[in-house]
Amino acid sequence: MRKFNIPHSFEFKSIIELYADWIKDGTLKVNSDWNKDLKIKFTIQDPCNIARKIGTDKIVNDLRFVLKRVVGEENFIEMTPNRSNNFCCGGGGGALQAGFPEQRRAYGKVKFDQIMATGADYVIAPCHNCHAQIEDICEHYGGHYRVVHLWTILCLAMGVLGDNERTYLGPRLTKLNVLERRQVSDE
Amino acid sequence: MAEILELDNFVCDFKEDILTRLPAANLDLCFTCGTCTGGCPASEQFGMDPRKFLRMLLLGMDEEVKKHPWAWVCTMCARCKTVCPMEIDIPKMIYNVRGSWPREDRPKGIRGSCDQHIRSGNAMGVPSEDFAFTVEDVAEEIRAEHPGFEDLQVSVDRAGALMALNQNSREPVTEPDEMGPLLKILHIAGVDWTYPTVMWGGENYCMFLADDEGWKYITEEFVYHIENNLGCKLVVNTE
Repeated sequence: MRKFNIPHSFEFKSIIELYADWIKDGTLKVNSDWNKDLKIKFTIQDPCNIARKIGTDKIVNDLRFVLKRVVGEENFIEMTPNRSNNFCCGGGGGALQAGFPEQRRAYGKVKFDQIMATGADYVIAPCHNCHAQIEDICEHYGGHYRVVHLWTILCLAMGVLGDNERTYLGPRLTKLNVLERRQVSDE
Repeated sequence: MAEILELDNFVCDFKEDILTRLPAANLDLCFTCGTCTGGCPASEQFGMDPRKFLRMLLLGMDEEVKKHPWAWVCTMCARCKTVCPMEIDIPKMIYNVRGSWPREDRPKGIRGSCDQHIRSGNAMGVPSEDFAFTVEDVAEEIRAEHPGFEDLQVSVDRAGALMALNQNSREPVTEPDEMGPLLKILHIAGVDWTYPTVMWGGENYCMFLADDEGWKYITEEFVYHIENNLGCKLVVNTE
């Protein structure tokens, strides 16, 4: 909209900012009790678009606030470097569909090493390009971490995540805090 | 002995061309410090890096620059620009290099997704009716099976909703169950929201393709729909 000078009267926000607002004002009641004993570690891939390209760390700081509240502060491990100084995962700019997988993966090796250095079990990647690329380099370079959406962990922490909404969760979390679904007959 | 190059004699048409569009890109200010390259994960791919690429442009190697595949390996992440002491806009330079490729020669995958978006409003080419059906289908299943969510409501193109949500087309198309957690969060938060069905995909492959016309069209259609048909005061992106 800025690039093409398209006038508009609405406000544009990332849902991460809303998650943070809703947790602060008590609208979303989350806690990290589920992870108190499990101590499952999480790190964050800061997407370039919401970290560096918008010129403020507001969204990525909100992201940290939300994640710490739902997984426990002690279970969040910062990647180095991070926020506006982060490294692109290598999936951005259309790279996933550009037809140069060998170069894309060599690019992603830097990110893979940064993730492995955190020792985290899960990577939060609130961008679909990051999400797909980070999964791909994990498989390619033989990592063991998983990539999840923030909404999955938020619902897990509120006890409302169904068994059918756990595609990206690993064995330790597939049966935790499950919202039991009603049996509905298919008549 | 090596030949001495007379910089004043160089013809740098492509650089001049980019600079007329991007006067603030500072392309001429590079003093080859290499800070861009030191922090660039795309460095060395295809034997290329940002400093070298810019140098080629400044030396008037227009043909080599215009066909070098590195323009599609760089992700325009802007780390180079952020650290550059002369504030040279390398990502926008790359965008312009991509845009100099004949459209039919640009990567097929990116082009296809851009074309789909122009045609159907999302990179995966899903018709709006199918999107609307999936949204309602997921909501219906949650209402029926997930205790505590019997009243969960969803809507598409509901005029007067406070908030419009745009989302990557991957969930509704390939893994609709993944939409559930988001719908639940919005329900718990009691948000007055709707999904637009015009240019609803949160992705933007026309931007990656450096297709200004397509990118502009998508954005204009989306903004028009929100402003004139829905009247939402807030647009929220899920990524």
